[in-house]
Amino acid sequence: MTQFVLIALGVLIVVLTVVAVFDLLPPLRIVPDETHFDFTRFRRISFPISAALSIVAIVLFFTHGLNFGIDFKGGTLLEVQNKSGPADIGAMRATLSTLGLGDIQLQQFGGPNDVLIRVAEQPGGDAAQQAAVQKVRGALGDSVEYRRVEVVGPRVSGELLAYGLLGLMLAIFGILIYLWFRFEWQFALGAMIANIHDIVLTIGFMSISQVDFDLTSIAALLTILGYSLNDTVVIYDRIREMLRRYKKMPMPQLLNESINSTLSRSIITHVTVTLALFALLLFGGHAIHSFTAVMMFGVVLVGTYTSIFIAAPILIYLGVGEHREAPDTSAKKPDTPAKK
Amino acid sequence: MLYFSRWKALAIILTALVICLFAVPNFFPQDKVKTWPVWAQRHIVLGLDLQGGSYLLLEVDSNYVKKERLDQVRDEVRRVLRDAKIGYTGLTARADAVEVRVKETDQQAALTKLRELSQPLGGLLGSSGQRSLEVSDAGGGLIRLAVPQAAITERIRQTIEQSIQIVERRINELGTVEPLIQRQGTDRILVQVPGLQDPTELKRILGQTAKMEFRMVDSSISPDQAQSGRVPADSEVLMSEQSPKVPYVVKRQVLVSGGDLTDAQPAFDQRTNEPIVNFRFNSSGSRKFAQATSENVGQPFAIILDNKVISAPVIREPITGGSGQISGSFTVQAANELALLMRAGALPAPLTVIEERTVGPGLGQDSIEKGKLAAYIGSIMVVVFMLLTYRLFGVFANIAVAINVAMIFGVLSLLNATLTLPGIAGIVLTVGIAVDSNVLIYERIREELRGGRNAISAIDAGFRRALATILDSNITTFIAAAVLFYIGTGPVRGFAVTLGIGIITTVFTAFTLTSLIVAGWVRWKRPKTVPI
Repeated sequence: MTQFVLIALGVLIVVLTVVAVFDLLPPLRIVPDETHFDFTRFRRISFPISAALSIVAIVLFFTHGLNFGIDFKGGTLLEVQNKSGPADIGAMRATLSTLGLGDIQLQQFGGPNDVLIRVAEQPGGDAAQQAAVQKVRGALGDSVEYRRVEVVGPRVSGELLAYGLLGLMLAIFGILIYLWFRFEWQFALGAMIANIHDIVLTIGFMSISQVDFDLTSIAALLTILGYSLNDTVVIYDRIREMLRRYKKMPMPQLLNESINSTLSRSIITHVTVTLALFALLLFGGHAIHSFTAVMMFGVVLVGTYTSIFIAAPILIYLGVGEHREAPDTSAKKPDTPAKK
Repeated sequence: MLYFSRWKALAIILTALVICLFAVPNFFPQDKVKTWPVWAQRHIVLGLDLQGGSYLLLEVDSNYVKKERLDQVRDEVRRVLRDAKIGYTGLTARADAVEVRVKETDQQAALTKLRELSQPLGGLLGSSGQRSLEVSDAGGGLIRLAVPQAAITERIRQTIEQSIQIVERRINELGTVEPLIQRQGTDRILVQVPGLQDPTELKRILGQTAKMEFRMVDSSISPDQAQSGRVPADSEVLMSEQSPKVPYVVKRQVLVSGGDLTDAQPAFDQRTNEPIVNFRFNSSGSRKFAQATSENVGQPFAIILDNKVISAPVIREPITGGSGQISGSFTVQAANELALLMRAGALPAPLTVIEERTVGPGLGQDSIEKGKLAAYIGSIMVVVFMLLTYRLFGVFANIAVAINVAMIFGVLSLLNATLTLPGIAGIVLTVGIAVDSNVLIYERIREELRGGRNAISAIDAGFRRALATILDSNITTFIAAAVLFYIGTGPVRGFAVTLGIGIITTVFTAFTLTSLIVAGWVRWKRPKTVPI
């Protein structure tokens, strides 16, 4: 079945390519050639909204917390598949609860035959975790296929968490330094504020959705960071170019033109990334489901919004373009005096 | 930007082609590739999450290593002081030092003798100035021999080095395919065994120190009497390996140790048909064993593994051939394991499993299928979208992306990199992002056209201006990928690898192939308008 769909899609590509080569396709414009949205004025709304959302995210983080996976919490995770038809989760729970291993969670995962078992970290160090997994294996026996078994001891989980957070900070710091070299420091600072905004909102999302927070989440966060910055840098590049070319244009107008002239690119690129992520989300299987879901939220929703509505307008407050020649008196003055 | 000399064009195409060609071995079966020249054999390795297998992280017990070292120092101190005929009291091993008290008149002599025990760390080349022991005078006849942290660290390093060899031998004996065993950090060993579904046996084999000793049984006292507290000073009570646990009183003195074994094989006893283990000593072991057995005919001796008595046979006649057998009512599996442990030798310190990840072959296969499907569908959607948006230039972009993906596989093969499920996600994401460089260029060309330039000048300016942006925006993502590579392990690291390589090939393609294709088209068509 899937083969036929793939072959059909392949034929579609060949046909489209031939048509395109002979210039027979009608032109398609997702974004009109000239747009003149006043993005910077929208900052009066977008900044408070972002601030409010960030606060909500932080509150969620402290009240709801994150659903730490075993990478960071330690413990045992087993993904098993019942060999004879749908798994009876109730019976399995009853069997496992007699083992005296404390909190055991069972959950259907994927098909009706698949069950995910989580055993909380056992007191008594690394050997105790090993004993626990042996007990579970013994209790379930050969009636199930063990598709995945992960045991993370208390010391490793602590280190993984520390490493993950360290990596996140290292990445932000490294990118900051790079931007500082390539642009002025205000751009670097603006990008970093946008960055932290992305991460805070994504953590809020992870808190609401309670997806497992593990090493792959850190990977998702770092990727979100990279792509959001990728977007921000494209707009910043244009702002820098405009600053050199139009010495007298007032900042809000200059920012607007920069965002508008890169808008088509921002949207087209986000369509392509969304298409790729969508395919991963729908067809990539359970193992990377939460990974792509988090990425979808971060890259597609937050990243784009941040670059346009936060990273660019914030430059006004950071005093970019202050030391240029005085703007034309005829032009509208920047409505907020920039802070030093 | 649109002019390429013939040589430059050729160099670009050749580079891309060669890199793509490195991906070829992945499309042929392994056994066929093995017959190719070595440089052509490089291929992508599937991660454990895709091919199934076990990952174990083992840690050496550093407290044990420290305690061993302190006990060793204590024994050395006793020997030195006895040899020098210096009386002493209160010889004890404390948390990080050994303490001993001598008469104040003997103190200087004792200090001089004991300082000879201290050696520079790191052998002859050691330049750290640190020594294996710090001997100090605590006053009042008290001498402290502290083992500095550097000496402990050095000892842990050596322990890990020896342990890796033993672990390697034990795992190879299991007959697994291409296991990976390497040190991680200072006190850890990483073990990856592809295809292993149930690591229980592996963990049992690695979880034993397998310190083997042959000692005499102390017949002067019955085990029951000994358990009630009256054990002779040179003996101790050990329990049997098999249940029910039976106590034995055995001498502390070791007749022969496992280090003197040269071979051990499981076999069946010809009379009882029970599984047994045949073993053979080296020449010094044979000599010691022959002497001990001829002095103690009629007495029982004990074969001890990790302080548990496996069997305690009575010596019927002197054993001079250097070989013997152990029969301890084993199961076949137990006999096999014991023989394996005896052949591979003892670990210098116990190892603990601190992390374990096992993926069954079923899940791995599912992940490959799903990853492939997602990759196909994601790529097809992006390709169709690019065709609809940019038409002819979409064709150019798609050619560039196709070469880009082929190059990613080429570089992954060249590096013998590991492909994981998140790694496949990284490739799909790269497809989404690789077209971004084309989008940046094309949008810029559109803008330049609107600005009133003619076709060729707009294309030229579009490329020139967009390339700077492409470089800047990709470096930020690359920094994130590099950090991820550094902190990540296993599947996550696989993601960082494909993401990072994808960024490099994307930038390469944008700067060379895309402009080469467009330049070729411009030279061929001499267009007045750009269909973009």
